[in-house]
Amino acid sequence: MSDAKAEILKRIRTSLGDHPQPAEPVRNYRKVSDKSEEEVLEMLIDRLVDYKANVYQETEETIAERVSELLGKSSRYVVPTGLKSEWLPKDTAARTRLVDSGNAKKSGALGVRELDAVDAVVTSSTVSCAETGTIFLTSNPDEGRRAITLVPDHHICVVPIDTVVELIPEAIKRTNFDQPVTMISGPSATSDIELIRVEGVHGPRTLDVIILK
Amino acid sequence: MSVTQLGMPQVRHGVGNIFETEPFPQYAKRELKNEQLRANLGFATHKIRTKRAAVTGELPDWEDLRTAGSMIKQKVMANLPEYLEEFEKNFTARGGHVHWARDAHEANEIALKLIRAEGVDEIIKIKSMATAETGLNEYLEENGVYAIETDLAEEIVQLGDNDRPSHILVPAIHRNRTEIRDIFRRKIEGVDPNLSDNPAELAEASRFRLREKFLSTKVAVSGVNFGIADTGTMTIVESEGNGRMCLTLPETLITFMGIEKILPTVEDYEVFLQLLPRSSTGERMNPYTSTWTGVTPGDGPQNLHVILMDNGRTAALADEVGRQALHCIRCSACMNVCPVYERAGGHAYGSTYPGPIGAILSPQLGGIENEYNGTLPYASSLCGACYDACPVKINIPEVLVHLRGKDIDAKKAKKGAPTQMDAIMLGAKTIFSSGKVMALAEKGLPLSKIVTGKDHKISWLPGLVGGWTDYRDIPEPPKQSFRNWYKKERPSESKRVSGERVDIAALLEKNKDKAAEAHAAAEAAGVDVPAAVTQEAM
Repeated sequence: MSDAKAEILKRIRTSLGDHPQPAEPVRNYRKVSDKSEEEVLEMLIDRLVDYKANVYQETEETIAERVSELLGKSSRYVVPTGLKSEWLPKDTAARTRLVDSGNAKKSGALGVRELDAVDAVVTSSTVSCAETGTIFLTSNPDEGRRAITLVPDHHICVVPIDTVVELIPEAIKRTNFDQPVTMISGPSATSDIELIRVEGVHGPRTLDVIILK
Repeated sequence: MSVTQLGMPQVRHGVGNIFETEPFPQYAKRELKNEQLRANLGFATHKIRTKRAAVTGELPDWEDLRTAGSMIKQKVMANLPEYLEEFEKNFTARGGHVHWARDAHEANEIALKLIRAEGVDEIIKIKSMATAETGLNEYLEENGVYAIETDLAEEIVQLGDNDRPSHILVPAIHRNRTEIRDIFRRKIEGVDPNLSDNPAELAEASRFRLREKFLSTKVAVSGVNFGIADTGTMTIVESEGNGRMCLTLPETLITFMGIEKILPTVEDYEVFLQLLPRSSTGERMNPYTSTWTGVTPGDGPQNLHVILMDNGRTAALADEVGRQALHCIRCSACMNVCPVYERAGGHAYGSTYPGPIGAILSPQLGGIENEYNGTLPYASSLCGACYDACPVKINIPEVLVHLRGKDIDAKKAKKGAPTQMDAIMLGAKTIFSSGKVMALAEKGLPLSKIVTGKDHKISWLPGLVGGWTDYRDIPEPPKQSFRNWYKKERPSESKRVSGERVDIAALLEKNKDKAAEAHAAAEAAGVDVPAAVTQEAM
């Protein structure tokens, strides 16, 4: 044990010489939603729009077309290896899909400068909390590593409808913290200048959310 | 490191930016003249306050969350050694390195050593109170390493020469857009010389400046919002994406963490993830929250270091009343509701931690007897708004009063002799405890004319009582006392025998029916006197 560690632990124990015995925390806050699926979905959309995200509702049949429209005709975009290719439009002469291997050390991974040069990223997501308008990305194969949803300026994020919950505790329960987790609530934003909210500083400036039924 | 002898055991206070540099009243008096600062702060605190009220009001279980948050923090403090060791074990098992620092100097030294090991002389930084507390940027600069602040507000403060943060959430709130544009035009190389003062354009200028730094810098330094003991997880909340950049792209991440930032489990994290953003920015959730549990191959920094820092926290922990200041999650809700902060501004508090929480945290971390920290517990009206706003229910007014007591004790211990205040109190005791002496003292009232100015106000008094007249005028005292006036007007009234106690119960019994009789008489006369009086008074 380092000297500093031993000394700090000793100091703490000395400072707690009165042996405080606080009660076990009371958790009367809401842990399970009492709302219907429709209400929860409506709430999520309301909150996402409030954060200046664009929200679309699609089905397995219509999603590829929507992604195509959001990407535009000519773009270079990146997707993680595990993303369902059925969700994506066919490449055109002017549009290129790049697949990131999900591990910066493996071949097939894009360098940061390559990521900086792409126009957009398309990913899925693990769980979304309606009450706060927050989408959880937990590094699953269809979400990819953190850098791919960070460096490109445009993020198209798919939210399967069965991953929508109302409350933070419900979302936390579905999250595996062994992997890196990024929670996003709208696009990058700042309020540092005269408290005026500006969307887009260093993260993606556009967030398109596709709710997949 | 300063050591305060309080018998056994020794209390070890911290060092760094946790001191008031001059007496609060003196600094505040100067800041009060800064119209721009007051206008900006007034606008900001009111705006955040309103937003916060709306988003906390929409949660039916807000008070339950506060209760849980407060209780979890009490549990953390009571079992701190166990949680810290558990965190260390789990963070290390996942490929991270844990360092322990007794104070700010030691924390800075560890960071410098780690940075030098990477062979770099430039690092990127996420806004962090812990590194502001240790004065890391200045220390690194003295040692040839430049730390680039990447949070927009911190960037503005850093680029503005000799500027300091004035709010823990929006550090550049004392600057307006034109000032910011001027700073950017002067300091950002290659920036559009016609850069306007539109906030969106200014944010774009920051993006332009920092993008290359994010893509190429090898080492990042951060603070942390919470560390979770049972998983070894770290988490940071932010808005701009600069945090994600620093946490994801560099090869090495060095995190400063106060030992009080530990949470036992992920279940506890779910409480604070709801309390923090709503209390802080008045948003339902901040745009980005990142968590990382050790090293993930191929994703994010592969060298993870955390520096667990005491720096006076154990000194605060030793105070049974004051230790609740360590529950603070740095949301800044208390400063946004504080009437003193709103007018005096953040700089007047000297330390990294301004506002009500700073007034109780700084004297405990750095010692109330050191520098001008003894003035901080008085920087409050004790209105209690901070207590109401605190998401973890820190009873700031209670601690303020407690620390005032400690300040008096510290001053007494320093001086040894009775203070002016002791003399005044002793005199007051003599005067107030005897009616005769009091009457005699009041005969002196006309003499007060001597110190009263033309405007019939006293604006200067000597000595300790002068502390009052430094900031207030006292109206001219009356020519005679009430006691004398009453004697003159009602000479026939019987005098109470000295020492006689009034028997309240007997008096009430005697007058029991008088009020009813008076009301009946008034009603009979058709006058509803009491009601009319009440209405007018309202």
